[in-house]
Amino acid sequence: MAERKSNGILRDQDGDGIDRRGFLECMAWAGTGAFCVMQGGVLKSFCMSRIGELDATKMAGELSFVQISDSHMGFNKAANPDVAGTLKAAVDKINGLPKAPEFLLHTGDISHLSRPEQFDTVDQILKGASAKDVFYVPGEHDVLDDDGKQYLERYGKGTKGSGWYSFDKKGVHFVGLVNVVNLKAGGLGTLGGEQLEWLERDVKQLKSSTPIVVFAHIPLWSVYPEWGWGTEDSAQALGYLKKFGSVTVLNGHIHQTMQKVEGNVTFHTARSTAFPQPQPGSAPSPGPMKVPDDQLRKVLGITDVNYSQGQHALAVVDSTLG
Amino acid sequence: MRMRRGARIGGVAVIAALALLLAGSTEVAANGERPASAEVKIDNFSFGPATITVAVGTTVTWTNRDDIPHTVVSADDPRAFKSKVMDTDEKFSFTFTKAGKFPYFCSVHPKMTGTVVVQ
Repeated sequence: MAERKSNGILRDQDGDGIDRRGFLECMAWAGTGAFCVMQGGVLKSFCMSRIGELDATKMAGELSFVQISDSHMGFNKAANPDVAGTLKAAVDKINGLPKAPEFLLHTGDISHLSRPEQFDTVDQILKGASAKDVFYVPGEHDVLDDDGKQYLERYGKGTKGSGWYSFDKKGVHFVGLVNVVNLKAGGLGTLGGEQLEWLERDVKQLKSSTPIVVFAHIPLWSVYPEWGWGTEDSAQALGYLKKFGSVTVLNGHIHQTMQKVEGNVTFHTARSTAFPQPQPGSAPSPGPMKVPDDQLRKVLGITDVNYSQGQHALAVVDSTLG
Repeated sequence: MRMRRGARIGGVAVIAALALLLAGSTEVAANGERPASAEVKIDNFSFGPATITVAVGTTVTWTNRDDIPHTVVSADDPRAFKSKVMDTDEKFSFTFTKAGKFPYFCSVHPKMTGTVVVQ
């Protein structure tokens, strides 16, 4: 793979440096630990094993952050009896990155059962990360029994509704959405009318050149509706983001990496730090998947995201814990 | 060998007796003599059986046998019943005192749906 580490753009329709073939080649490697980065308008793909050979200053954009997801603190079944240990390993991984991230995004299922001590343990472990700021959105496991009251008290200060909000970092507009409350029988994740109205207003005044990062727990694209892996009204949300040239959507929930590009929108799901889940439809249910003990850390991981001003797409890099 | 066969037959008999007891108790409850009960198991993100028919006065107990927590929440507005979150092997019971159809779902995994028909 080494001799194919960079690919010229064959057909660049949008002037964004990404052609279909380049993306697909990148995609083909994503599952085995590759990453794509924009350099001087050219999409480059690298095997994760070659990262050490790369120039750290070239790799590091002006904004780096790390997405972690699905810590499920309190889970203690066979698929991973030590979720605190693997979350600590994720923190070690973050602290070992060539460039310290400015902040962390946690895309939900912080806890397994919404218990105070489970949130406390995660907070304590994340204090050990090089990045001190953590931006959260809730997973369905964080809003059990109390419709998210405790979550809002702990993580939702200054947010709207059930915990949605936006903020800006170095020219990138971040939007945290909540699609795990008020779920309807038979349905998928839901954003709801109030949140959608807020989103429309939130992005209305932004220039179309503003890079957008949207993060939410349940995928905002239809990964596998049979298992509830999708969001009922995500199309409406994405409709408000059509004018933007670069939209990156970061989700969790499915405990495995998956990517899709649709126009200017890149969808990406992160691995869990707790346990893997089966590929869509490959098991009777999406329940925790038991892998041999020495394989567990190879299916858990973090997602490192880099952005350079003036460049179009964000570089999304998945790496495993082992 | 004889002992083993005897034990097996005994086991079958016990199960049959339990089945009779369950079926019988539902009937008795219809006459208002004895509280009836019924069971729904949660396995692989599914309610089993997904539809259960019981007599008025029956107490239905759900047991979560998954490694992931689930809930049992009435889909009606207003809600007829709502469990707290049930971790592995935890149970929730509700006594149905009125006839009717009671659709419900898991509010954590809303694709999971079931119905209690009370006659």
